[in-house]
Amino acid sequence: MTTDRTLFDYLLRLADSDLILAQRLGEWLGHGPVLEEDIAFANVGLDLLGQARMWFAYASEVETRMNGRGRTEDELALLRDGGDFRNLLLVEQPNGNYADTIARQFYFDVWHELLLTRLERSADARIAEIAAKALKEVTYHVERSTDWIIRLGDGTDVSHARMQAAIDVLWPYTGEMFTADATDRALTGDGVACDSESLLAPWRERVGAVLSEATLTLPSAEWMQRGGKQGVHTEHLGHVLAEMQWLQRAYPGAQW
Amino acid sequence: MNRTEWPLWEIFIRSQHGLAHKHVGSLHAPDPEMAVKNARDVYTRRNEGVSIWVIRSADITASSPGEKEPLFEPANSKVYRHPTFFPMPDEVKHI
Repeated sequence: MTTDRTLFDYLLRLADSDLILAQRLGEWLGHGPVLEEDIAFANVGLDLLGQARMWFAYASEVETRMNGRGRTEDELALLRDGGDFRNLLLVEQPNGNYADTIARQFYFDVWHELLLTRLERSADARIAEIAAKALKEVTYHVERSTDWIIRLGDGTDVSHARMQAAIDVLWPYTGEMFTADATDRALTGDGVACDSESLLAPWRERVGAVLSEATLTLPSAEWMQRGGKQGVHTEHLGHVLAEMQWLQRAYPGAQW
Repeated sequence: MNRTEWPLWEIFIRSQHGLAHKHVGSLHAPDPEMAVKNARDVYTRRNEGVSIWVIRSADITASSPGEKEPLFEPANSKVYRHPTFFPMPDEVKHI
């Protein structure tokens, strides 16, 4: 059954994955291979940051209902420690080379679009509303990352090799998107969340089709990393948070 | 490694239905589809457009600045091409 506790936890998962990926994409600013890519990824990052804010705002309301005082968006984003973050392990992985960034984005975008399409029909009206708004942006994100997978995969020998390597290295971080724990099950039962496992088949179909057009091979490894949704992260998250949070940590309450 | 630059594209945006596409600038992209996407990200961030055209800059044939005189000067001396010789009735506005 959905309780405020489980709903809050679920909203943090949605918000944190958006936030951490936005932060990662922001790292490309000024370092992109061409100016146009710099701008494009900044746009995608800002879209995700906007979505994170909507999820945080709702989470904050739920927390207020639960505890009498809910943390603000800023407090949730900038004053929580690593173990309290609920993002997918996939999104905290380093940018690497451009193929790594594109592979991470592609895996995430395809899943994100499927997820939001389901959440658009959530029994929770607020979740449905936010999902519908986010979906328009995410539909474009998928197109863009799909284009890049095809162009780099079916490009030169070097780009093909790098793209395949990135697809393989990040593969074990994709399993987590399709596993359900107690929080997922509690909310799915009420139609608030969607059944994570049911997204796996359409995701593999879409990813497989794009990779095959890109002359890339869908990895077959079965073993998957997990833990992000429960707050058990890879060593990379701490570095992301250090850069993202240092200002509010060093100068609490600073504004401009 | 052989480093090749992406081709340059000229970008045209139609700001609303009924208006013509207008040249807004240029950018680099590997192919026409990506040029449209890049144009979307670079030139329509603030709701500027409803339609995008892209064309390879290399495919544009331009008049040469050196030919300015033979091309454009002859029109200067042909005032009768401007519709300034017709008396307009006062009641007619917006013309």
